Amino acid sequence: MKTHAHTSNTYIGAHIERVEDYRFLRGEGQYLDDVSRDGQWHAAFVRSSVAHGRIRSVDASAALAMPGVHAVITAADIEGDIPTIPFRRPNPTIGPYAQPVIARDKVRYFGEPLAMVLADTPELAEDALAGVMVDIEALPAIIDRESAMADKILLFEQTGTNVPTMFNADKGDVDAAFASADYVIRDQFATQRQTALPMETRGLLAEWDAQTGRLSVSGAAKLPFFNRTTMAKMMNLPDEAVDYIELDVGGGFGARGEFYPEDFLVAFGARKFGHPVKWIEDRREHLMAIGHSREASCDVELAFKKDGTLVGMRGALYINIGAYVRPNGMTPVRNAAQFMSGPYRIPAIHLDAYACVTNKTPAGTYRGPGRYEGCFFIERLMDQAAGALGIDRLDIRRKNLLTHEEMPYPLATVLPSDGRADTQCDSGDHRVTFDTCVKESNWAEKAKLQGKLIDGRYQGIAIGCFIEGGASGPQENVRMLLEADGMVSLFAGSSAIGQGLETILAQIAADSLELPMERIRVFHGSTTYLKMGWGSYGSRATVMGGSAVLDASKKLLDLFRASAAKRLGVAPETLTIAEGVAKAADGRSVPLAEVAGDRLEVDGSFKNNTPTYTYGAAMAHVAVDPGTGHVDVVDYVVVDDVGRIINSMTLHGQVMGAAVQGFGSVFSEELVYNAEGQLLVGSLADYLVPLASDYPVVRCVSMESFPSPTNPLGAKGAGEGGIIPVGGVVANAVANALQDFGVQPKILPLSPSRVWELIDDARLRA
Amino acid sequence: MKLPSFDYQAPASLAEAVALLAAGDGSARPIAGGQSFLPVMAFRLAEPSLLVDLRNIPDLSGIKISDAGVRIGAMARWRDLLDDVRLAEAMPLLPAAIDHVAHYQIRNRGTVGGSLAHADPAAEMPTLALTCEAQIDVVGAKGERVLAAADLFTGALQTSLEPDEIIVAVRFPAWAKTKRWGFEEFSRRRGDFALAGVALCYDETEGRAANVRIGAISVADTPIRLKNAEAALEGRAVDAASIEAAMAAASGEVDPAGDIHASARYRKALVGTLLGRALESAAGRKAR
Repeated sequence: MKTHAHTSNTYIGAHIERVEDYRFLRGEGQYLDDVSRDGQWHAAFVRSSVAHGRIRSVDASAALAMPGVHAVITAADIEGDIPTIPFRRPNPTIGPYAQPVIARDKVRYFGEPLAMVLADTPELAEDALAGVMVDIEALPAIIDRESAMADKILLFEQTGTNVPTMFNADKGDVDAAFASADYVIRDQFATQRQTALPMETRGLLAEWDAQTGRLSVSGAAKLPFFNRTTMAKMMNLPDEAVDYIELDVGGGFGARGEFYPEDFLVAFGARKFGHPVKWIEDRREHLMAIGHSREASCDVELAFKKDGTLVGMRGALYINIGAYVRPNGMTPVRNAAQFMSGPYRIPAIHLDAYACVTNKTPAGTYRGPGRYEGCFFIERLMDQAAGALGIDRLDIRRKNLLTHEEMPYPLATVLPSDGRADTQCDSGDHRVTFDTCVKESNWAEKAKLQGKLIDGRYQGIAIGCFIEGGASGPQENVRMLLEADGMVSLFAGSSAIGQGLETILAQIAADSLELPMERIRVFHGSTTYLKMGWGSYGSRATVMGGSAVLDASKKLLDLFRASAAKRLGVAPETLTIAEGVAKAADGRSVPLAEVAGDRLEVDGSFKNNTPTYTYGAAMAHVAVDPGTGHVDVVDYVVVDDVGRIINSMTLHGQVMGAAVQGFGSVFSEELVYNAEGQLLVGSLADYLVPLASDYPVVRCVSMESFPSPTNPLGAKGAGEGGIIPVGGVVANAVANALQDFGVQPKILPLSPSRVWELIDDARLRA
Repeated sequence: MKLPSFDYQAPASLAEAVALLAAGDGSARPIAGGQSFLPVMAFRLAEPSLLVDLRNIPDLSGIKISDAGVRIGAMARWRDLLDDVRLAEAMPLLPAAIDHVAHYQIRNRGTVGGSLAHADPAAEMPTLALTCEAQIDVVGAKGERVLAAADLFTGALQTSLEPDEIIVAVRFPAWAKTKRWGFEEFSRRRGDFALAGVALCYDETEGRAANVRIGAISVADTPIRLKNAEAALEGRAVDAASIEAAMAAASGEVDPAGDIHASARYRKALVGTLLGRALESAAGRKAR
């Protein structure tokens, strides 16, 4: 670690290397696969190769006769109703669409678990999969939203529809707005099905202690406490009898750490047989089993005045959520409706967002859920409207961007309510980040290249804007303890999913306690540390966890003051406390370490249901090879305002990582299904994530001009913003590069094949 | 995605290896660098009873350059070819093409013979062997034989090798220093399987192309020669008009399949585009 000459309050806002990286760089990280127990069995899952069908039989007898195989769990082993996975945000109509933990009567997607084999080694368990005979009567599969909404073939016959929910986003009088408009643009767009793809696949190790009646589940991530409660209910145990243990986690991005069918089955096996059960998801099953996201399409209109002033937005959004409603499966649907307006002042809005079930892997969240999709839709419309109205692309945006004077700015009201309150942008001036982006990107010079053919490639630029919701409520807890050695242990309900949580919380604790960071030890995520906690989702850990740390620090210093006062025989209020030392008026002092024997321990918490809104703008400069359809990102600039920067280094990593992940979304990542509902993507040779060398030029500028009023740090969630504008900005840049051809990309990804076909179609039309 | 169980032997002689394969009765497989076949096994697309590792067999690697041409031992790794400065002189097409093989780590392990035997139509070496009319030396239970590259590849991941046959070397015919050549391939990310690729060479006499050889990657079940494109150039000056004619011929004569990465229509056009670029670089490269 770099050593910092410490004076009070210097950690927050500094460029500080991540403390967890010593562990990782030395190969000392401990991931789930690094943990093993004596006598453990390994699980492997029989998954449906049929996308939609009625199960006639599942016969495991051949598998049970194979060497090293101890047991095979099927739906027949579960007494009574098959447990279903609960929703994180329930609403009135989604109940029947919950996912059962194992298929009993019907399979609804390729990859749905049908049986779990338990064997001595992972290899033997995988061998035995071939010995489980599954007989399924295939039904026609629905893979797209059109056939889903036709309601001719139903996934859930008893409901009569393939649309579990439609969310409405409403604001103002949209009919009047469109009647008064000078210009209306209407178009259809679509984003492709993706998954978050953490580098570490999922993994679980479940242990049952029959003596004490306790279940321990290692491999927790994202929201251990919610999952602990879920598991306890399914296993008919009290919450306190279930521990969720968080080890090092190799990435989350919204997908990892939700409650999945395997979570229950692995624990069920461990309890039934009294052996620890371990399961490491392989990449092929990861692609078919973990939550998918992003498969969205729309038919939307924007209404403008002649001068480019936005007056209204209306239309329909369709989100293909796959076969079941998973715990947060509705979040992208609701968010698409809520946030499509982005940072633009749109006085009248009516959007209908339909969730459609299809025979594909059930969907959930992926970094910037619903926001990435909505931003692609509106930014494409903004550029096309600018062209039609003859207004400069910068001017049409500046005219409609929210200003500081309008804060807090209420967004549309979304119904049905799923527990989220009406929301409003909390603070900021969108013109500032926009103008900074224009300046940083040297827009005026780049604009001269637009549409030009240089070295055989067409140059294009574009700019777009975004808002990012963060700081999901309702609460976060921490516990702080002064240890005998004078160190301060901090136990946090927040989870570390690779985002540098240990560093951030240690910085905040160190500054608020006025101690060196080296004296703070951070423990996080596991349910064993705290009675209750929440976790890391919706860009919340810094704001919610960090603010809870402030609360705990204040309480710990109060206890320190009382202890020191007792020792010195003075009134507590006469002491000055600075840099870990309590000083009396007469010059006598007590350092913090000296009162360690008093066992100072405090609980801190922070409650808040008001989201923060980081916001910003991004510029892309691309070069398109018309022969191959390859798009090179020549330059990319993203500017955001995060309210308050806690660590400029980890923030930079978040923004840049998100931007590059966004390039994967725009250009290469796609979960392709065939007409029968079979997933054609089985490895990382098929699912093309960006490689380290693919996008060398990404520039990130983060600002802290407008602190959030919602929390004492003034911070805003900042982990997702970088990905949100990428689709819209890059697609606009490609459209602008190819302006001479009249190419308008409407469907992502912009694969070489698709870009070339757009060009070739334009040539054939000409 | 875990390997099925199998036996493993690493014999010290070719004869022993052939005997093990022959005794395996079709279910024993030789293994070289393992960069393609081990993933195939992990996906359970092949479950051999025995892997016969060729690593301990002497004289299977090595690059020999003589007046007769370039002989590359089957166990030579991509890295060996790229590091051999003589090769860049003796047959510059080879290192230029091999630079496109997968990623750094894979190039350190993967072998020339393994690539030929794996017969992936998206790989570089099969097309290079076909384009340059290489001979493949093979040893099996019935003795030695020599296969023309054109006779080796019978389908996607399929060859005319018997289960007990092992590739010993690939021999490229003499390469005139004045030969012109080009190589272009396009993949979605650097190191990915090519969506399409073109390798070509020709002699130039009095400003006209002769002995034109053009091979294509990833546009059919096997590596293929683009005979119509070759004919469009043979005996003509390589200029804008003949390049255009060759491009059109190339796109016209291939019938690629579409897949999740690219449509058939795109691949058809792409092979013409890449041929145009390869010809331009061949014609523009300073004559020696």
